[in-house]
Amino acid sequence: MENKEKKDIFESIWDFLASVKLAIFVLIILALSSIIGTIVEQKAEPAQNLALLSKFFGDSAAPTVYNIFAKLGFMDMYGSWWFTSFLVIFSVNLIVCSIDRFPKTWRIIKTPQKPLSANAIKSMPVKKELTFKVGLNTVKDEFLNVLKSSRYHVSEATEEGSVRLYTQKGRYARLAVYVVHLSIILIFIGAIIGIRYGFKGYLNLPEGSSSNVLYESPTKSIPLGFTVKCNWYETEYYDGSDTPKEFHSELVVIEDGREVLKKIIEVNDPLTYKGITFFQSNYGIMPNAVGQFAIDITPAGGQEKRLWLKFGDIFEIPGTGIRGRIHDFSPALTRDRNTGRLTSYSENMVNPAVAIEFMPPDGNSFTGWILKRYPETSKIPGGHSVKLGDYWGVEYTGLQVSKDPGVWLIYLASVLMCISLYICFFMSSKKIWIEITGDRKAVSVAVGGSTNRNRLNFESEIDRIVAHVSEAIEGRSKK
Amino acid sequence: MNSSLFFDISAGAYIAAMITYVIYLVLRNHTAGLVASGITIFGFVSQTIALVIRWINSYDFWMSSHPMSGVVEALLRAAPLRNLYESLIFFVWSLILAHILVEFKYKNRSLGAFVTPIAAMALLFIDISGTTKEIQPLIPALQSNWLLFHVLLSFLGYAAFGVSFGAAAAYLIVVTESKKEIPYIIGSVIISIFIIVLIGMGIDFLSLSSAERAQLIQSHFLKSTLRSESGGVAALSWVLSLAFVFAVWQVGLRLKSVLGSLNLTHTMLDEIEYKSIAVGFPLFTIGGLIMGAIWANSAWGKYWTWDPKETWSLITWFVYALYLHARFVGGWRGKRVAILSIIGFVAVIFTYLGVNLVLSGLHAYGSG
Repeated sequence: MENKEKKDIFESIWDFLASVKLAIFVLIILALSSIIGTIVEQKAEPAQNLALLSKFFGDSAAPTVYNIFAKLGFMDMYGSWWFTSFLVIFSVNLIVCSIDRFPKTWRIIKTPQKPLSANAIKSMPVKKELTFKVGLNTVKDEFLNVLKSSRYHVSEATEEGSVRLYTQKGRYARLAVYVVHLSIILIFIGAIIGIRYGFKGYLNLPEGSSSNVLYESPTKSIPLGFTVKCNWYETEYYDGSDTPKEFHSELVVIEDGREVLKKIIEVNDPLTYKGITFFQSNYGIMPNAVGQFAIDITPAGGQEKRLWLKFGDIFEIPGTGIRGRIHDFSPALTRDRNTGRLTSYSENMVNPAVAIEFMPPDGNSFTGWILKRYPETSKIPGGHSVKLGDYWGVEYTGLQVSKDPGVWLIYLASVLMCISLYICFFMSSKKIWIEITGDRKAVSVAVGGSTNRNRLNFESEIDRIVAHVSEAIEGRSKK
Repeated sequence: MNSSLFFDISAGAYIAAMITYVIYLVLRNHTAGLVASGITIFGFVSQTIALVIRWINSYDFWMSSHPMSGVVEALLRAAPLRNLYESLIFFVWSLILAHILVEFKYKNRSLGAFVTPIAAMALLFIDISGTTKEIQPLIPALQSNWLLFHVLLSFLGYAAFGVSFGAAAAYLIVVTESKKEIPYIIGSVIISIFIIVLIGMGIDFLSLSSAERAQLIQSHFLKSTLRSESGGVAALSWVLSLAFVFAVWQVGLRLKSVLGSLNLTHTMLDEIEYKSIAVGFPLFTIGGLIMGAIWANSAWGKYWTWDPKETWSLITWFVYALYLHARFVGGWRGKRVAILSIIGFVAVIFTYLGVNLVLSGLHAYGSG
């Protein structure tokens, strides 16, 4: 007695977890609660959300509201216990309802189709009746032909004075919805694997330096297991504009003192080594860093030569006696519209320029600004050219670093979901029954069918089959 | 060759088609219906030509800055789906395509009066939002093969949802008996809000200098009416808006007498509403969510970060998942699911525009 009661409780819990009501409830709750996290800035500095809240609740109430929101987990709500609980309920509902319904669907699929009598066919959702003035076998053959050309595998049952044909197609399409559910669960599993066994962090690498760790937060580092070095970073701009065309860095992987991999990475094209991937994410200037200038010098009619120079270094244009000295640099040179003075409009190297003082042997020294972006500024009197190639060693490349051993499962589940969604919405499970009764001269035919979706299309398919058969029979009788 | 002439022709055609469809609804004149369909198809052909020209121009533009680029790569990078203007134009194109397909399949023109206004609103939005129509250089984040497929499939999905929305709105009018029915109230309020926002943006547009118009969405959104600095103007705007909502609620049902006498049956509308979602849902899931996640993973190493754009796509997905489950397993029918279709499309609009207008996120570059 007690045993039976326990089973009832278990059953009612099971039914609740499998119910559509729960599914509808969870979908509504997930949709509504997700909105909160798109309004309250997630994992942000408190000041940011305080400013937002004081717009709605006034300056005096904002801190109180903030504290309440923080207690409710709104500041990092997608990781909060209650949101996670809803996701768990969502998954449980998905699993339980699938397990609950699957056997029934499987039975429908596996139950062999049986021939039906004309009376039973007439109660089908889709049906047709016709008569022909030809023999029974002729009609049967035509139906077999037409159904075969529509890729139906037809079974038949013959009795005295009647033939029953029956066939079905696409019965496994009924499973697609379970595969959709399965793929959602697999995505969750993939995400959990990623969180449990992977990491996400960042690494800011100055040009020329290397690291064997990445950072999850400013205070928490994770060893890479190898060393990664940034040879250089560069922002490329569209001609004559400040619109970035590409951000790229050259990275080198060093293991046991040996260079094992070298790649120029850019946005949408990362470097992966031993499951750890480095993404080009941002960049910046290191304050107070002193770099080196790459200056490309071509004497009139001569060969181009690259020199690496520091501030104040003196160089000579080979064979000319003209000496030069770098005495100023601007990362983004522009002329102020009001004062007419030269100034930098950005800290980043948007429009880098060096001022070089040239000292010809005749003593008439002059100074010119040479801009990387504008090659015409590299011409100096006498037909020589002095180009600014780069200012190296002051920028850093900002890398996102991640290891996600769950991502292959996510991709697999995505493919599964694409296929199963397609089957689920665009393929149907169709059954057709036909009974032909009569003799060698005249027959009557009942055609009927059922489908699990898209009945209108199925109806026109049946119409088409019947029309083809009629045509074929007419064609025969004319012969 | 410049695409803007053909875009202007198509925009004019769609607005003319909208008016003709309404005339057809009111007068029940067969010729008017034929003309409406004709104008729509004419506009569609013109817009298709415009899209092809723009694609070719963008291709040349890309090649001029990336001379080493291969043909396929350049075609992928040049696909005219790269900023707010281009994506809205493509949305209108897909919506009209979906509408033409529905019209031919169901041999029924009346739905045009419900779908073409969505296209007209989108076109109006393009003009008054002041968003740039120039072909712009492609920023590094968008230089990916996923761009074309992600945006293409998402917007085909959005268009299908738009058709469903139109059918659901028509459905609600056809089946509603009394103004006091809750689904009708919700439906009429949502549609009024669409119109109010557009009118508000129109007033913003007229009150701004042409230089400020480019910043309309970012800094001047509804600032001349509902969000005005002046309390009086704001209060008046709110009162007028509420009055407008009330008027739509009052008058909307009169459309019923016009519709009821046409061949728009509630079963047909119900079927169009569902079938459009059946097409849109897989497209949106695959193109919007899955491809978006894969792209994010290949660009940033994170397939899901709960940023507002992603979250709102997921909210939209939840609403349509709810629609499908409520309808097929939960036994919801008729008005309740029609409301879900309308809410779903509101979520679509918010995912696409609201996030960029109101919230920030990784997709901020889409607002340019």
